[in-house]
Amino acid sequence: MTSATVEAPALVRRKPPAEVRRRRFLIAVADHSLLIAAAVIFLSPLVFIVLTAFMTNAQALSPDLWPHPFRWRNFVEIFQKAPLWKYALNSLLYGGLATLFLLMSSIPVAYALSRLRWRGRHAAFLVVLIAMMLPPQVTVIPVYVMWAKLHLVGTLWPLILPNLLGDAFSIFLLRQFFLTIPEEYIDAARVDGCGEFRILTTVVLRLAKPAIAAVALFSFLFCFNDFFGPLLYTGENPANWTLSVGLSQFRTILQVQWNLTMAATVVVMAPVVLLFFLAQRAFVEGVTLTGVKG
Amino acid sequence: MSPWIAGFSIFFGYPLVMTAYYSFTHYDLLSSPRWIGLANYRYLFETDQRIWPAVSNTLWIIAVAVPLNALFAFGIALMLSRARQGIGFFRTVFYLPALAPPVAATLGFVYLLNPGTGPVNTLLRHLGIEGPLWFDSPRWAKPSLVLLGIWGVGNLMIIFLAAVLDVPRHLQESAELDGAGPFQRLRYVTLPTISPVILFAVVIGVIEGLQYFTQAYVASTIAGGSAAAATEGANSLGYPLDSTLFYPVLLYQQGFRYFNMGYASAMAMLLLVVAFAVTALIVRNSRRWVHVQGPALR
Repeated sequence: MTSATVEAPALVRRKPPAEVRRRRFLIAVADHSLLIAAAVIFLSPLVFIVLTAFMTNAQALSPDLWPHPFRWRNFVEIFQKAPLWKYALNSLLYGGLATLFLLMSSIPVAYALSRLRWRGRHAAFLVVLIAMMLPPQVTVIPVYVMWAKLHLVGTLWPLILPNLLGDAFSIFLLRQFFLTIPEEYIDAARVDGCGEFRILTTVVLRLAKPAIAAVALFSFLFCFNDFFGPLLYTGENPANWTLSVGLSQFRTILQVQWNLTMAATVVVMAPVVLLFFLAQRAFVEGVTLTGVKG
Repeated sequence: MSPWIAGFSIFFGYPLVMTAYYSFTHYDLLSSPRWIGLANYRYLFETDQRIWPAVSNTLWIIAVAVPLNALFAFGIALMLSRARQGIGFFRTVFYLPALAPPVAATLGFVYLLNPGTGPVNTLLRHLGIEGPLWFDSPRWAKPSLVLLGIWGVGNLMIIFLAAVLDVPRHLQESAELDGAGPFQRLRYVTLPTISPVILFAVVIGVIEGLQYFTQAYVASTIAGGSAAAATEGANSLGYPLDSTLFYPVLLYQQGFRYFNMGYASAMAMLLLVVAFAVTALIVRNSRRWVHVQGPALR
């Protein structure tokens, strides 16, 4: 619009008929009002959850929707009534180590799948795809039996250690990104006498930073949000519960106090939301990467 | 390559073979597996009263949630792509719920939708409507889970938004010059161009539907009220009246609560066959839709 005014003022002066303008305006308003309405609906659950987190228990059970007075003590109480810090530490341990191991193991595999020409790389890629898509329930029983025989059920290690050996989804994502790196860079490095390992560390890793950041982020979030895994392996051992498992038990621990349960819910959601605002770009790029390039 | 091949064999190849083996045995983890032939499968297909609810609930959630999620994600993406102002703000608002950890989101929804004093029914009452029992009603428990799913549609929405914004402008413009209205442009330009993404959304949705666990587990144990330990809550799985008993939930209960590992393996084999059929479908189709997308990216 602005460029049109600069280039051809005469043309702009002859505005489109009032009727057309009004229709355009109404369409724009309709678009935005729909958006605003939808946004309000999407935000309201969060708003109600946060509001309830500040209520007294009696209030949470009344039809009141606005807390009076705001009861900040809820957030102190939940830390007293349940070992939230311990759960958080377990979540951090699980997410941190798993992500570290996963990057160490998946990057070389993804590189091999994307660059090196070797017999059967297409078949290997197909296998990765299939592994990615099968529900974990299909293989979970023998894997559980295996960890039980190693006496590691009850700890988080059955969830952390497998990452040392690569993860299908991350391999897939990284491979997709590595494929977009121009062959010329790699050839140039090769001509300069780089070995495959050095090409990987000096050329590919630097170019693929956004993809690696996205994979790390997803991996950490997956672990933080994971419920099935920690429930399966640490369900019987509350000392190793993560925030997800701990939160699922909150309502029983607190004898059905909705205000405190919602406070705990807010506490579990908060780090993720914070992480999102800190790393918004990596998020959006990462999500887009999974879809469009998939 | 080799560590991954090792990992793959340990955590994928070997368990796959062992699942098949266990499915022909009676195994409770304490004593060693005892061969019982096809008994597990016979029980699975003929006797078990809870298989059918589990299967039909799973099919129900896939059939209802997948199209609805895609529709909402696409609708929001379309609105966002047309918005003139505040795209960043709106995008964040719609994406935010997808970030909520599933356990937290489910807890939140069980509270929001609790029949007596939950905010949703309170608001409905102000409008003169007596809301349903939501998670406490066999009829409304699954729709409540669908609502929860729609709330968390953010990831899909971002993917759709990227695809919609990727539709070449010149196609839209030439269609407009040819006199195509907004709906015709949507039907003949936008939809065909982003069809690979729709396929992607559907397939991912089906795959996720086959593994639907966390939300159902948390909703049924919380709404159903449960005993002290994490594991005892498993008693109210499927609450109310098995209406939220999904296939993975039943598999978990059989395998890791009742320790019927052999029977759970038989269930896993059935799941494998179904999941494999879906996977084969996507891999066969992938060639088509990866190629469509390829040139547009470079």
